[in-house]
Parts: sequence; structure tokens; C-alpha cells
Amino acid sequence: MRLRDTSEAVARVVAEKAAGRASGGSVDLIWINGPNFLAMKEQGLLFGPVLDRLPNARFVDREGKPATVVDFTVPVEGLAVPWRMAQVVFIHDAARVPNPLRSMAALAEWARAHPGRTTHPNIRNFLGVTFLKQALYELAPDRGALLRPATESMLRPAAEALWAWYDRLRPHLWRGGRHFPESGPAQRPLMLDGELDIFISFNPAEAAVAIANGQLPETARTFVLEGGTIGNASFLAIPFNAAHVAAAMATADFLLSAEAQARAQDPRVLGSPTVLDLAALPPEDRARFAALPASPAMLTGAALGRPLEEPHPSWMTRITAEWERRYGG
Amino acid sequence: MGTAIRGLSRCCAPRRRWTLALFLGPVLAGLLGTLLPAFGWLPALGGAALSLDPWRGLLEAPGLARAVALTVLTGLAATLISFLLAMGFCAAAQGMRAFRWAQAMLAPVLATPHAALAIGFAFLIAPSGWVARWISPWATGWERPPDVATVRDEAGLALVLGLVLKEAPYLLLMAVAALGQVPAAQALRVARGLGYGPVMAWLKVVLPMIYPQLRLPLRAVLAFSLSVVDVAVVLGLGQPPTLAVLVLRWLSDRDLALWFPAAAGSVLLLVLVLAALALLSALEGVAAWLGRRWVEKGARGGDAVLLRGAAPALFGLALLASALAMAGLLLWSFAGPWRFPETLPAALTSATWQRQVQAITDPARTTLAVAVLATLIALALVLACLEAESRHGLRPGRRVMAILWLPLLVPQLAFLFGWQVLLVRLGLDGTLVAVVWAHLLFVLPYVFLSLADPWRAMDPRQARAAAVLGAGPCRVFLAVKLPLMLRPVLVAAAVGIAVSAGLYLPTLFAGAGRVATLTTEAVTLAGGADRRILGAYATLQAALPLLAYALAAAIPALLHRNRRGMRAA
Repeated sequence: MRLRDTSEAVARVVAEKAAGRASGGSVDLIWINGPNFLAMKEQGLLFGPVLDRLPNARFVDREGKPATVVDFTVPVEGLAVPWRMAQVVFIHDAARVPNPLRSMAALAEWARAHPGRTTHPNIRNFLGVTFLKQALYELAPDRGALLRPATESMLRPAAEALWAWYDRLRPHLWRGGRHFPESGPAQRPLMLDGELDIFISFNPAEAAVAIANGQLPETARTFVLEGGTIGNASFLAIPFNAAHVAAAMATADFLLSAEAQARAQDPRVLGSPTVLDLAALPPEDRARFAALPASPAMLTGAALGRPLEEPHPSWMTRITAEWERRYGG
Repeated sequence: MGTAIRGLSRCCAPRRRWTLALFLGPVLAGLLGTLLPAFGWLPALGGAALSLDPWRGLLEAPGLARAVALTVLTGLAATLISFLLAMGFCAAAQGMRAFRWAQAMLAPVLATPHAALAIGFAFLIAPSGWVARWISPWATGWERPPDVATVRDEAGLALVLGLVLKEAPYLLLMAVAALGQVPAAQALRVARGLGYGPVMAWLKVVLPMIYPQLRLPLRAVLAFSLSVVDVAVVLGLGQPPTLAVLVLRWLSDRDLALWFPAAAGSVLLLVLVLAALALLSALEGVAAWLGRRWVEKGARGGDAVLLRGAAPALFGLALLASALAMAGLLLWSFAGPWRFPETLPAALTSATWQRQVQAITDPARTTLAVAVLATLIALALVLACLEAESRHGLRPGRRVMAILWLPLLVPQLAFLFGWQVLLVRLGLDGTLVAVVWAHLLFVLPYVFLSLADPWRAMDPRQARAAAVLGAGPCRVFLAVKLPLMLRPVLVAAAVGIAVSAGLYLPTLFAGAGRVATLTTEAVTLAGGADRRILGAYATLQAALPLLAYALAAAIPALLHRNRRGMRAA
């Protein structure tokens, strides 16, 4: 089924629990992370632990990609299966912005000089909040505090710096910072039309994939920030009342297979970075990854840098609420 | 077939009651299922005591005041503009060739689903849209689209215009139908003979005659405009959205506690609609009083040269915008690279369709199945009711008619929410049965309204002659009435399919998000997907009802090609 948002699937499972439907549920497998995962974990809505019951799970790179076992500072405990990595990148049209920017502060400066040419997705959208969280990493006096639950005393100095920066940036955003694209993908047609020159993405291969589909100009390129960018993993989870648990596990295991992972990482397909530890794979599987084509629009490996951990979910909640209060009314 | 019809018609009055139960059940149970959680009662979610907390939650929601204001303003404006445009056109274009042209354009515009038209309209008027491309860069100097919100604007103008594109033609159609039932031409001639100008004669003599028949359609337009979701998602501002969109957003939030303020919000929407309907009644009273004095004064004149030019021009512009919107959808679905400010795509290709064919087939098939099933059931019920009417000399009272209009007057959100909870209880949520049932609530009234007048206008002598020749009621129905009524029956079926193919909220709720139709897919994609893919979905969404209309026109023409008396008037 097509949902506009993962939260709709979560809502459905919660509704079914409320209606007393403990088996034969309508959702078998959910693509989930962040607050949705936390909500389901806390309310005991997940089946499992499942991860180590899947044969292909042994190749998951738990050391090198800690986001596969800790989701937004919340231990996953095998209740969800990581199936692809994601990392914040910025996509720019090199024909209009030849030199990548290196910090969120530089973005604000650039926007002042080029009003209306950048934006971020709506704050209700996870990528919209991620834009603010990315800025928080650069602006907060104490980066370590972001990994702990947000308390008033930690929040205040970080928030002050954040909103001061945002107030400098916002008037120069697309549509004067009064309206925002509803989602990440909604930014693509805007760049294709020439309305936007720079936008945030959570997929290092988005530009390469979109160029191939004719959804972005050939001149689209990708950059990351000097201080690093936030990364996380996408998970699959099985609701406690799933009607087809075995099939759901088989699907999740298939998505973890080297074959599926390599295909997903192919920029001609999805371009999703793998969760697997390539060094641990048998040589013939490693070769699948080595054979993938490179694209000038895509960043991989070292060029991406080691991802920053997602802040504790409470930061996201607080910042969203504060944004709504300040700019949403 | 024969036995089925006999069975259907044997006990007709109870059938009608049964039809109404099928019909009223979901609406009333749904309303109750919305009302209770709005006051804190939803035991499944831990709401076991009546309270006002949901209302507190609703009132504290950021942006609520602006959402309500936006809802009321856009709903009233869309209704008022649609009405003025349709009546202005009628008054100004009577007897002109433009009137017949417009009438010919009505069917395709009305058949096109709201969502498809809204998407096409957005393609047309967006900053990077077709209009901007035509005049750029030679006239505007725009090498890049201007940074101006022409869709999803703060005042909701795009939303109002998008609604007017559909509602003004609908009201015109209703006016045309009403005009056919009153001696309008005769009355006009008399008034003109008494020295009234053509427009004033129409306003003073014809409008009062047809207005009673426009009351319910106008109310349906008002209720729809206030509570519409799909058009508001496509053309309206995301922050703050209209009340209906805001409520829908809460309903799909993972935090189920939001269901309570959402229920309260649905009730608030119902209250807004009822208040707007009351306002309309009050305005009608005032207008009638003022109008009567105006008519009694007997002032002559009223050539209204300006109106006679402006109204057809504006109405024509609306029809043109609809046609261009549809053309734009089709073009995008076949477009290769098409960058701003190119007026036309650099190349045409079927690549989008080829890539999407797999994904699009399923929702297309579901759309067709639901539409055909709902329409067939509606046709069977309506035919049974109409046949019962003519056999027993029954005539539905005002109350029955009001019930028929109920699903069109109550905001969909207000009862679909409660009904979904009930469907979950029945284990029917997300099934095709539930979706067809939900569609039936909206298909049935339109099929009835479309078929009732032609059926009742059927010359009773033909049926009587057949009866005299020894045919039983069943044979008369099958061998005389149905063939005579082939054209209106097929038109009613096409109307039913068009209504079903365009339904968004009922599909979303009864289908529990799992039954994907072209409409739900297109609205989801309208969030910002590739315009070429969106164009393909919206084109197909519009093509389905258009095809139904074309068949409804072609089949009788083919079957009756050598029956002069059966040709269209």
C-alpha cells in the first residue's frame, strides 16, 4: 500500500491494537526509524527481536556503521532490521553554484547574496527537521549534549544560536521563507525548473539517480559540510500483529542479501548505501559492489566522511515545537 | 435477469426503505462515531469518560484560527463566484451560440475528477507553469521562474479558482436542467415585450422560476467547497492548511491521542458547514425580499452590455483553463526533457508511460472495478425505485430527497472518520466491499438525480400500449422502458463512474489506505513527484470517466442508427 508517511502505518498498528486485533494485522513490514521506531518500541508494538534470526544479518557492519544498531540514540535491540544507510548531503546545480559551500553559516551568507534560491522541506517532514538538526551540530556550544535527552539548560544556549542563525537565513529562503516544499523529493522539480540552486537531501546518490531519470539537471552535484553531516540507517520492522511474519522475515532477509544490497546501491536503481561490511563479504559478493558504476554527481565512502550520529529524539520534538511556535502560527 | 427484476420490483416500498438504510446507516453511524470521540469517548483508545479535552486540544493547535478563516473564506468565495459566474452566463448568453458551445463543453469538464483538474491547473498557473512559459522570457524577461506563490498561495486564491473551474460548470448544468422544466423562453418573450432588457428580464422572470431547483445543488457546492481535501492538498497552502486537511493530517499521525482533537475538528467542520448553510438560507431570504421589491418597482432597461460581454468571456476563460489543464497533463505525461522557459517539451516520448505501466495498472484496475460495481449497484437500486414509483404512483417526498442529498451536504470527513472505526469493528476496513459501499453513498444520489427526470418524463402511453398487448409489468420494463431509456441510463452510468473515479476521502477512509485508486495515487504524487509521472496518473484518472461518457454517447447512436425517433433531440 502507498502511504504518505510512515506514521500512517504506525497509526494503523496502534489503532489495531486499540481495537484488540492481536493477529492478522494489516501491516506486515514497516520502513521505520527515529520517533516512529521509538514509539513502536515503547508501546510494545514490534515483533522480535528478529535481526539475528535472519541469515544475512551476520554481514551487517555493526562496528563501522553504529547507526545500524543505535537508532537516534535508541538501542535497536534487534527489533528492527537495518537495510540501508542514509546521510545528509546538499545538492547544488554546479552551473549556477560552481563552488560547494562548507558550512551552514556559509549557506546563510550565500542565501543573502542569492535570495530565494535555497530552501528546506517543511518542518513537519523529517528532512525539514534534519536541516535544523544539521545546523544545530554546527552551532550548539556543546555537541555532546545533542546525544542526551534535551533539558532546559542544555536546550537554551543551543536554541539561541540556532534561531539567531535561522533568523538570518529565513528571509532569504525560497518564497521568503514563508512556505516550504512538502517533502524532499518536492525540491527536485524546483531545481529542474531553475527555482532552487541548493537543497538538502538524505541520499548521497539522489543527484545521480535523479539525473538519470531526468528529474534533475545534468549539472547537479553533491557536497557535504566540513564539520560532517548527520547519518542514520533505515530499518524494517514487523508489527506485533503482522499477519505474515514468515514472509516479512524472508523479505527483510532478502533485502539484506549482498545481491539486493548491491542492486540498491546501484545509482541507476536506488543509490542507497549498503549496511553491509564489505570486508566481511565473500569475494564474489564484494565484486558485485566493486562493479557498480561511479557517477560524478555522487559522493561515496571517504568523500562523504564519517556520519554524525542522530541527536536524541527529544531534540527533534523540542525544535519542531519551537519552530511551529515561532514561525508556524 | 427477468426474475431478478421481478424480485426487485415485487415489494417496492420496503426496497426503498432498504436502499435508504444502506445509505443512511453509514452516515448516521459515522456521525455518531465522530461525535463521541469529539467529546472524549473512544474506549479503544482509552477515552472512557466524556470530557471537553478534545476541544481544548483543538483550540490550542497552532494555526487553527488561520485554518478556520482560510476554510470559511475559500469555501464561501468559491461558492459565490461559481454561482455568479453560472447565473451571469445564463443571463448574458441566453440564445447566443456561446450557450450551446458551453453546454457541449460541460460534460468533459464535469467528468474530469477534481484532483486531475486541480493538478492540471497547478501545471498551468505555477510560477514555472505553462502560462509563465508562454510569456517568458520574451515578454517578462524571466530566464527562471519568478519567486511568487501562484499556487499554494496564502490567500487560497488558487484553491478558490480550482474549485470554481469545476463548480461553475456544475451549477450551469443544473441551471440548464431547470430551464428545461420551466417555460423560460415564453416568459422571457413576454418580459421583453413589456420593455425589459434581456438580462434584466432573465434576472426578474427566469431566475426566480429556476432558483428553487438550484437550492440543493448550491448547498452541495457550498458544503463541498468548505470540506474538500484533494483539491486543497494540490492547490492549497500546506501551512496552515484548510481545516479539513489539518484534521486529516492529525488522523494519519502516529500519535493516536491526536484522534480526539481530530474528531473535534471534524465536528467543528460540520458546524461550519451548517452555519454556512444557515447563512445561505438567510441570504436567500434577504435576496428574495429585496428581489421582490426590485421586481415590483418594474424598472425597465437592463441591456447590461458590460455583463453580456464579461460573463461569457469569464465563463469561457474558465472552460479554456480546464481544457488547457487537461492538455497540460497529457503533454507532461509524454514529455521528454522540458525545462523552463521552454514552451513545449524538446521531445515527445512514451518513456514515462512505459516505465509506469506496471505501477499504474493496479490502481487503474481498482478504480475501474470500484466504479463499475458501485455504479451497477446504484443503477439497480435507482431503477427499482423508479419502477416502483411508476407502478404504484409513489413520488418521493421532500424528506426522502433530503436523505438522498445527505452525503453530499454533510462534510465527508465528519462521518467517514466515525464510519472507519465501525468498519474496523466489522473487519471490513480496507476491503473492496467497504470501498464500493462508501462510493455508493456518493454515486447513488448522482445516478438518481441524473435518471429520475428522464424516467418520469417517459411517455406512459408506450408502456400502456405494451400492457394492452398483453405484456406483463416485467416485460414492459425490459422490452419497452429500458430500451426507451437506454440513453439516460447510460448517461447516468457514466455520471456514476465519473463520480466514483474522482472520490478521494471515501476511498482513503474505507480503503484504510490500502486500496489504491488513481485518485489516491495522484493526490499522493501531487506532493512533489516528477511532473511527467503525475501527468500520467492524472491523465488516466481523467480518461476513465471521459471514456465512460464517450461510450454513453456512442452506444445509443450505434444501436439506434436506423431509428430516427430514438436519436438525441
